[in-house]
Amino acid sequence: MADNVLVAGDEVDLDRRKFLTRATIATGAVGAGFAAVPFIASWQPSERARALGAPTELDISKIEPGQMTITVWRKQPIYVVRRTPDMVARLKGHDPALKDPSSDRSDQPAYARNLMRSRNAQYLVLIGTCTHLGCLPKQRFAADGELGPTWPGGFFCPCHGSRFDLAGRVFNGSPASVNLRVPPYQFSNQRTLVVGQDEKGAV
Amino acid sequence: MASRPEPAARTHSHPPAKGPDPAQGLMAWINKRLPVQEFIDSQLKGYYAPKNFNIWYFFGSLALLVLVMQLLTGIFLTMFYKPGELTAFDSVEFIMREVDWGWLIRYLHSTGASAFFIVVYLHMFRAFLYGSYKAPRELLWLVGMLVYLALMAEAFMGYVLPWGNMSFWGAQVIVNLFGTIPGIGPGLVEWIRGDYGIADATLDRFFALHVAFLPLALLLLVLLHLVAVRTTGSNNPDGIEIKEKVGPDGKPLDGIPFHPYYTVKDVVGVGVFLVLFAIIVFFVPTLGGLFLEAPNFEPANPLSTPEHIAPVWYFTPYYAILRAVPDQRMGALLMLLAVTLFLFLPWLDRSPVKSMRYRGWISRTALAVFAVSFVVLGYLGLQPAEGLFVILARIFTVLYFAFFLLMPFYTRIDAVKPVPERVVYHAH
Repeated sequence: MADNVLVAGDEVDLDRRKFLTRATIATGAVGAGFAAVPFIASWQPSERARALGAPTELDISKIEPGQMTITVWRKQPIYVVRRTPDMVARLKGHDPALKDPSSDRSDQPAYARNLMRSRNAQYLVLIGTCTHLGCLPKQRFAADGELGPTWPGGFFCPCHGSRFDLAGRVFNGSPASVNLRVPPYQFSNQRTLVVGQDEKGAV
Repeated sequence: MASRPEPAARTHSHPPAKGPDPAQGLMAWINKRLPVQEFIDSQLKGYYAPKNFNIWYFFGSLALLVLVMQLLTGIFLTMFYKPGELTAFDSVEFIMREVDWGWLIRYLHSTGASAFFIVVYLHMFRAFLYGSYKAPRELLWLVGMLVYLALMAEAFMGYVLPWGNMSFWGAQVIVNLFGTIPGIGPGLVEWIRGDYGIADATLDRFFALHVAFLPLALLLLVLLHLVAVRTTGSNNPDGIEIKEKVGPDGKPLDGIPFHPYYTVKDVVGVGVFLVLFAIIVFFVPTLGGLFLEAPNFEPANPLSTPEHIAPVWYFTPYYAILRAVPDQRMGALLMLLAVTLFLFLPWLDRSPVKSMRYRGWISRTALAVFAVSFVVLGYLGLQPAEGLFVILARIFTVLYFAFFLLMPFYTRIDAVKPVPERVVYHAH
């Protein structure tokens, strides 16, 4: 079947016309794609938001043993717990009840991928938003508390009932699938914690 | 090969004379330039709708009414509301306390949001009852479902604007759902928020989407929905295509002109609706925390999660499904599936008849189980996620999905009754 038709003795090449139409559409689509970039990029955190997301410092000398303080880094609450030796001891023995006891699937810097999930046993530094959907887990540090006789102490999220131990590791049966996140941090001196910065530099 | 066009017999396409002299006067002048009369004649008086509509057929026009109400009250709220994390909460209090009648405009808008979902859910249930999503109305159903999805986005973003504590934490939970997408999740969440947490940037963009983009999208989709229903014609409680039985004049024997018959009927529905609506607006605008939740009367606080987070009632069935699953990604996936399964309904339903009137006990029981599941899940979504509530949520989540996923099987084996030739109708 010939695609060509004769109009007043002039031959129209329909294949050519089709090709040119498609080429025009393709060029236009590429152009529209480029034009969309500024609009999509405008939704990224602004320069100001990024500047305000700089590392933050905290004086940890005022935290009593067994107490928690909350600081803010990048709009997120940062939980800093000064664990007592008893609290550290309670981290052992419930590995089978945890979803990710050795933090293989969880999000933390390499220096926090250990049993304590921290640089040293005493100070626990966590991003205080539930890894389920971002609520703030509440501190339930007492053992044998309202969360049952085997409760070793930790955090409880009131929104959807996720439970974490004193290293932020998630218990089985929680809707959260991974442990509480650990932000990059370092101790710039004996009493100062810097969140958002470590040996690799600021995030 | 082109044939020469017939010399068209040009006639005036105006309808026969009705008024004094149709060829003159203002209306004639307008009609020559804009087909107003032609539109009324063809779309309202000339549109024949089934004569056996019942009470379930009020909710389409009521949804249209609520849409107009939301647009009007929303425009007025925009005149006083100030987005931005420092001004939003205060400007809503300003509307409530210091703008003359501001409280009424806001309560009309907040009650209107819930009313919108009530009439839309009843409108959708009507489609389930009478098989209104089945051929040839699949696209009508699909466009309607897009309206529903756009409405959910609109309602969610609207709920964030007062910047109360439930606004903040609701936004936190919903936006974080996108974080469960493998790979791109965390970056996507940061892009949606425009910051490292729910912040000023998030509120401002939700405001823009709520007052400009989504209303425009809703209007366009509603228009498509109306064009589609006008093309296929309305279904009816018997699920019979009235276009197949036409009289000598070419009009359906079981149809009556939409105007004046159904316009008048719909006005009665509007009257009843507005009475109920006014009772809520004036006497119980928060409806005991169902329409406006108590934690939202305190300002957003990023360092204090409310004791108990629950979305507004119209989202709670899906929220209960999300919480029923002890795995984050699976929960989000099931929740998404719960919403999107509606889209596949026209192809899941294999029954040879449309209306429940002529279906067997299996289909009827399945629909009843689904309706009960939806309501119970809605209740469970408002309760804390613990103990018996979680177990019940799991049971009803299974029933909810069974209704959809088993539909191709049970609708095929279900015994059906013969469908009559003409609609069942008793004159009043």
